[in-house]
Amino acid sequence: MLSIKNLKASVDGKEILKGINLEVKVGEVHAIMGPNGSGKSTLAGVLAGNSRFDVTEGTVSFNDKDLLLLAPEDRAREGLFLSFQYPVEIPGVSMVNFMKTAVNEHRKYLGKEPMSAGDFLKMLRDKKQVVEIDDRLTSRSVNEGFSGGEKKKNEIFQMAMLEPKLSILDETDSGLDIDALRIVANGVNKLKTAENATIVITHYQRLLDYIVPDVVHILYQGQIVKTGGKELALELEAKGYDWIKDEVKV
Amino acid sequence: MSDLIDNNTMKYKLISLYQQNIPAIREGLPENMNKYREPAMREFDRLGIPEKGEEKYKYTDLMKAFGKGYGYTFKATNIAVDSKTLFQCSVPELDTHTLLLENGWFYQKNQEHAQLPKEIVACSIRDAAVNYAALFEKHYNQQAAEHPEGISTFNTAFAQDGMFLYIPDGFVLEKPIQIINLMRGSNPLLVNQRNLIVAGKNSQSKIIVCDHTLTQHHFLSNTVTEVFVDENAVFDFYNIQNQHNQSSQLTSLYIQQMKGSNTLTNTLTLHGGFVRNNIFVKLAEEHSEAHVYGLALIDGKQHVDNYTFIDHAVPNCQSTEMYKNVLDDEATGAFNGRILVRRDAQKTKAFQSNKNICLTPTARFYTKPQLEIYADDVKCSHGATIGQIDEEALFYLQSRGIGGREARMMLMYAFAYEVIRNIRVPVLTERYGELVEKRLRGELSRCEGCFVHCN
Repeated sequence: MLSIKNLKASVDGKEILKGINLEVKVGEVHAIMGPNGSGKSTLAGVLAGNSRFDVTEGTVSFNDKDLLLLAPEDRAREGLFLSFQYPVEIPGVSMVNFMKTAVNEHRKYLGKEPMSAGDFLKMLRDKKQVVEIDDRLTSRSVNEGFSGGEKKKNEIFQMAMLEPKLSILDETDSGLDIDALRIVANGVNKLKTAENATIVITHYQRLLDYIVPDVVHILYQGQIVKTGGKELALELEAKGYDWIKDEVKV
Repeated sequence: MSDLIDNNTMKYKLISLYQQNIPAIREGLPENMNKYREPAMREFDRLGIPEKGEEKYKYTDLMKAFGKGYGYTFKATNIAVDSKTLFQCSVPELDTHTLLLENGWFYQKNQEHAQLPKEIVACSIRDAAVNYAALFEKHYNQQAAEHPEGISTFNTAFAQDGMFLYIPDGFVLEKPIQIINLMRGSNPLLVNQRNLIVAGKNSQSKIIVCDHTLTQHHFLSNTVTEVFVDENAVFDFYNIQNQHNQSSQLTSLYIQQMKGSNTLTNTLTLHGGFVRNNIFVKLAEEHSEAHVYGLALIDGKQHVDNYTFIDHAVPNCQSTEMYKNVLDDEATGAFNGRILVRRDAQKTKAFQSNKNICLTPTARFYTKPQLEIYADDVKCSHGATIGQIDEEALFYLQSRGIGGREARMMLMYAFAYEVIRNIRVPVLTERYGELVEKRLRGELSRCEGCFVHCN
């Protein structure tokens, strides 16, 4: 589904990603772990098409398409979804209008008719239950005045609405209390099918108790330095990041 | 008149135009209106047409409006429109009493169409000077004279017609009154329109003023509107400016508020080559409240300048002000918001906000908050920003599959919505929303946004 080869990217001339190689297959859950500043969020941003990052080398193919050639909106329409670490507040744009526009732009891309208001509202109701999101939140402006937890729930709610093929969850656990974490993780698990895939980016192992990965990668200084099964996350939790730092030095 | 003419030469041309046409200007009008002309002309001679760079005109060159060469008519033109279609409003749910003025002259058949409640007086200001002399004399040129301005003294000297509106004490007007100002003619035209509105004690009324141009000539409209809002009255004034790019529009709106009154003004500039709006609000008695809003969406080489002056003359009054501008291409704009809190105006609350988006590097905006506070127990704030579309928000929308163009649209609309949502006529809020959206999408032609079905 996703194939990243020797991906290098920089911000303001400073190289952050120094040759990433990653293969994600349909039905898999990958976790990318790493200390602060290792390039986790940069990788997520580059994949989603954030123009802050310059890709200097490498290729990314997503369902046999050259992902790096696509505009951010087309990546989304092709089925890529990024759950933001810091979801943006957009006063004046209502959640309902935002989602209606997003869903219909997806449909247009796929050559489908826009959704009727009735169908859309029904879908909205159904999907709200995935993350136990409140009516209050969907009637407001996008993320405006939402608490940290509400914002993260809202990300997963949007994921439910857009039914992506590949979801990248960037530090979705950060700033969440244990109840919110459970709700968010449950939401992600409910949305999991044999036809889609997930990349969970996290600093801590905690989230992986709820979203169990098939493969765990450790990102350090812009490179994937270790790949293993879910036990790698536990090992990392036990030994701490210094273990990786020491190993890489050797 | 040529494009190279300077302010002073133009002033003398206008003074001479006045002197040569005194009999025509005065004709048919009583002394209570005519007596102000000579003093106003002397003031105009003293003040002149403000030059660019003067305190209140730092970024606006009025000669771009005055210097174009116009004709002047001293008699009402015959309104030759099919009034049946003209009075059909294109907004199905916007049910209003409609009044029409052409080139500043009040349409005499308005009464037949407007279906106003009999308590309401709506007539030409010419008629009001005769038929409602007491009201007229009490309020005409009182506020305008308090703030001597070149363009308003020019208006006072030349004014021959306009609208007079009286909402009697205690009367609650259910439907808004919609005033359609049409500019049209076979030649370029300069028009001085003069309006007077008196909102009686405890009355409630909403006025929607739509400014349009019907023919493609250069027009300069110089409109002065004085509004007297008596005790506990609630008064709304919405001005939709939608003139073509060869037109210049100067408006001076004066509002005096008595005890416990509440006003809202909203100036929406959708189109217009050159626009300067002056708003003077005097909170003259306690517990009065003024909300002053404005939104301009301009592109090409258009220029919009909003000047506001809120005078907190007494204690315990409140004002909120919000102006927003979206500028595209090489458009330029300015905002100058003066708030005066006089020495004894304790417990004043005055808030001002001016936010602007320049979509291109060639668009320019200048903003100047001007707070003068002489009382010590007040709550005042102001904020001004000039920026671009928020790139982070843009990426967020795009990352959900919303195309770049559409995403920009949504963000601009959201920006504008903060002003629109303050409208106190629910149907008009929707209509404003549609107009703004069309304008932002570049789909609003001069006539399409028009409430009037003229062609």
